[in-house]
Amino acid sequence: MDYFKTNIKQLHADLLAGKTSSEQLTKDTFAAIAAKDGDVKAFLALDEDQALATAKQLDADKLSADSQLAGIPIAIKDNIVTKDLTTTAASKMLANFVPIYDATVIEKLRSAGSVIVGKTNMDEFAMGSSTENSAMKTTTNAWDHTKVPGGSSGGSAAAVAAGEVVAALGSDTGGSIRQPAAFNGIFGFKPSYGRVSRWGLIAFGSSLDAIGTLTRSVRDGAAVMNTIIGADEKDTTTVPRAPEDLGAKIGKGVKGMRIALPAEYLGEGVDPKVVAQIKKAAEQFKAMGATVETVSLPHTKYAVPAYYIIASSEASSNLQRFDGIRYGFRAQDVKTLDDVYVRSRSEGFGDEVKRRIMLGTFSLSAGFYDAYFKKAAQVRTLITRDFENVFKDYDLIMGPTTPTTAFKIGDKVTDPLTMYMNDILTIPVNLAGLPAASVNAGFVDGMPVGLQLIAKPFAEASIFQAAAAFEDANDYMEQIPGGQN
Amino acid sequence: MNFETTIGLEVHIELKTNSKMYSPAPVTYGAEPNTETNVIDWGYPGVLPSANKGAYSLGLMVALALHADIAPYTHFDRKNYFYPDNPKAYQITQSETPLAKNGYVEIEVDGKKKRIGIEELHIEEDAGKNTHADDGYSYVDLNRAGTPLVEIVSKPDITSPEEAYQYLEQLRQIVQFTGASDVKMEEGSMRVDSNLSVSPIGASQYGTKTEVKNLNSFNHVRSALAYEQKRQVAMLLSGQKIRQETRRWDEPAKETILMRVKEGADDYRYFPEPDLPPVRVSQEWIDDVAAKLPENPAQRRARYVNDWGIPEYDAGVLTNTKEMSDFFEAVVADGADAKQASNYLMGDVSAFLNAQHKELKDIALTPDHLAKMIKLINDGTISTKIAKKVITQIIKNDVDPEEWVRSKGLVQESDPAVLTPIITAILDDNQQSIDDFHAGKDRALGFLVGQVMKQTHGQANPNVVNQILNAELSKR
Amino acid sequence: MISKEQVAHVAELARLQFSDEKLQEFTGQLDEIMNMVDQLSEVDTDGVPVTTQSVLLENVLRDDVAEKPTSRTTLMKNVPTAKAGLIQVPTIIDKEDD
Ligand SMILES: [Mg+2]
Ligand SMILES: [Zn+2]
Repeated sequence: MDYFKTNIKQLHADLLAGKTSSEQLTKDTFAAIAAKDGDVKAFLALDEDQALATAKQLDADKLSADSQLAGIPIAIKDNIVTKDLTTTAASKMLANFVPIYDATVIEKLRSAGSVIVGKTNMDEFAMGSSTENSAMKTTTNAWDHTKVPGGSSGGSAAAVAAGEVVAALGSDTGGSIRQPAAFNGIFGFKPSYGRVSRWGLIAFGSSLDAIGTLTRSVRDGAAVMNTIIGADEKDTTTVPRAPEDLGAKIGKGVKGMRIALPAEYLGEGVDPKVVAQIKKAAEQFKAMGATVETVSLPHTKYAVPAYYIIASSEASSNLQRFDGIRYGFRAQDVKTLDDVYVRSRSEGFGDEVKRRIMLGTFSLSAGFYDAYFKKAAQVRTLITRDFENVFKDYDLIMGPTTPTTAFKIGDKVTDPLTMYMNDILTIPVNLAGLPAASVNAGFVDGMPVGLQLIAKPFAEASIFQAAAAFEDANDYMEQIPGGQN
Repeated sequence: MNFETTIGLEVHIELKTNSKMYSPAPVTYGAEPNTETNVIDWGYPGVLPSANKGAYSLGLMVALALHADIAPYTHFDRKNYFYPDNPKAYQITQSETPLAKNGYVEIEVDGKKKRIGIEELHIEEDAGKNTHADDGYSYVDLNRAGTPLVEIVSKPDITSPEEAYQYLEQLRQIVQFTGASDVKMEEGSMRVDSNLSVSPIGASQYGTKTEVKNLNSFNHVRSALAYEQKRQVAMLLSGQKIRQETRRWDEPAKETILMRVKEGADDYRYFPEPDLPPVRVSQEWIDDVAAKLPENPAQRRARYVNDWGIPEYDAGVLTNTKEMSDFFEAVVADGADAKQASNYLMGDVSAFLNAQHKELKDIALTPDHLAKMIKLINDGTISTKIAKKVITQIIKNDVDPEEWVRSKGLVQESDPAVLTPIITAILDDNQQSIDDFHAGKDRALGFLVGQVMKQTHGQANPNVVNQILNAELSKR
Repeated sequence: MISKEQVAHVAELARLQFSDEKLQEFTGQLDEIMNMVDQLSEVDTDGVPVTTQSVLLENVLRDDVAEKPTSRTTLMKNVPTAKAGLIQVPTIIDKEDD
């Protein structure tokens, strides 16, 4: 088995035909991880015994022909809780935390017959864009181990890009799936807010968080997304909808599709070489029969400040439960209750998490709420309206996923503000709750570029439609990190 | 200098639901620690709340009972603070858009009626319970965490400790009659925080207020407020300044004790709860709750007085608790005369409950038994004297009064065929009494009745005996 | 301009503590971030409603039905210190609750 040469559909067929077994596939996966993860450092925990036991059981029970994910190994970002499997959110705070329940997406994967192989590295509590904020280790880019894999779902992206697993779950609060997907040249998908249950996702920015997928192919993304979507009574912000196949329009091409290209997404700060790749993509869409027109999303430049206020405010509240009392890290030799709080939190959280907690606490505090939190929440409305206006006339928005390709490890980590500006193209989507993806759009100086596709709420199928057409029209995915192919 | 007092009361009432406000864990009282909780109550990483519709409806019911204006559109907010009994380190409450505003409670002090305004009512969740051991540790039980609460905030209309007492008493009654809560201070299903300030009469601003906590009964509230009122006036008169502080009522010492001085306002960093969609309260929903809203105590009192001829005072006592009032109505529904039922409940039954420190639900008496006993009196089966024995019996034991009086041979003898021979025999033996009777000496009749009672071991129906005696005497 | 004292106050609210050096560094960084955030004041938001949730759902309420609680043994698995089924913490000095 070589994950560069196969996909879920193929593996599913092989499994049903008896060409391989779930046990074999699982063993192959762990072998691939063993061979590559020394350099990539994508995994925080592997669950080999449990995975093999599950795989054997699946083989013994005969794999379900109806479930594409039956017998397929998958990796999980370490902020999604897995019962009895340590879940750390890459924080010292949760270094020894063993969840006592499964996230809804994990339940869905398990009942689809998927095999969970382990937990992937990330920025601590999903706060970051390079995975350098992990308290555990620094994951590297699959294409260049001196570069960052992006973040915060850097472990999931790098594991898939390096061919360690065929698919992984990630989470996206401000671009945390799309940006590492772009940096690693794979397909990253963030669904509409309310499409996938957040039950069991360790909350960062509750009104922004979405669980999504990282896969090499667009079709694999649809297969995994189809398994994890659906309203959940445990998450009352999920939207009830009739059963849907998000991949239903894959293969239909883009003829007649109306695609908008916001001028702001190609402006200042975006690497001209990246812009060139995106313009090339636009020409391809036109050539395939779509219209591509330049539009304006005038409030784009306010998305970063609005986002950092909103996400940090919500995070400051969400992360208060990590107080050293019921679970997680408790500082040694604490004498007073205040010691438990202050020392456990001060020793348990890393600097970036503390920065966001401070920023959020400040924005909500007496006398500042109106100027910061409320103002940001109003600007959020304007950003959402910008999108609504464009979607009156267009099916999709296209643009670069990131202003640059992956940067060097250590380059930006000391400068939080520069790091934050890196998310300028992905953040607006989360503020508006839209579905979006990043698909490989070629290479600049040997590093992958991501094409971002954005749709109106719950129009995921249009993204898959266009992304698949784009993927089929190019041979970008035939290039392999390290040139193994 | 003369002062006026302003009192504010914040009352927390636990709503009587099956499950918690934001989790489906059961709501119970007195269970083993931490056995009635789930991952949501513990604020485990990754959990999300889901709001309880039943609790919201009960909140609406309380709001309607207090004549408050229901907010058509509300959202939940987070109130952030660290405390061991507050697992998420935020309480999900309603701050910006409370469930209802502008209600009122009518009270009566010294015969004068007064309306006490209610600023707002909001839905929120209760905290767990901390206990403080002397081993250097505190211990946390999260069973109560997440129990639905409605918080009721009074307007600055209360001007004396007695008014505060009456307000709480009326509030308790009104809420209790809705059935939305047990409203028991002893069990913590009703809790009161109070604040009080004094200022020179006519001053344009309220004085600095102090807060008093740890108030376990309405009496303590009244005592603590009276103490604070005096303390503050004395301080002002001696030229001292009142500090904004939180104090605690020490019942044995009968004084309030300083807990902490407040430096600036607490900063709870409220913001809208992103995990719960807002709630739109439609007119249909309000109508539905209103249709289920039971009669309030004032309405019941009026009915007792006007329809059943119960004296005003008695009606008040009967409606003091919903339990008593419901019991009384059940006795009447079982066919008993309302006045007699009222008399027994206010007399023998209440005396027993008070002496034993019990509630109606703790004793054997049933409305059916009391109604039956009253019927036995009225159809002449037992005398009111025998009834004294019967009521004692049926209060303590689950016995059918009719069966019991028969088995004990306590049924009255009313049959003239049985009584007439006994009476004529007695008259035959007491010519002197007959003469006395005709000579107008009333005592003679009493003596003769006594003789009949003696011979029948008290079981003769006195009315029948009187009739026969008069008839026989007129013949002699 | 955000001051070191303000940052120290916010740290207190968030139950975090910093060395003097770290406090200085954080003050600088937060100041820079807040300067960036101050761009928001350019935006005319008069009469613009806030967005605090991404989907427009309403009245997603649960029926009042109790479910079985989670077992105490399971819940206690991650508790640093416990005694007799209770979570143990150093004595709460300010006994303000209830
Ligand atoms: Mg409150
Ligand atoms: Zn409250």
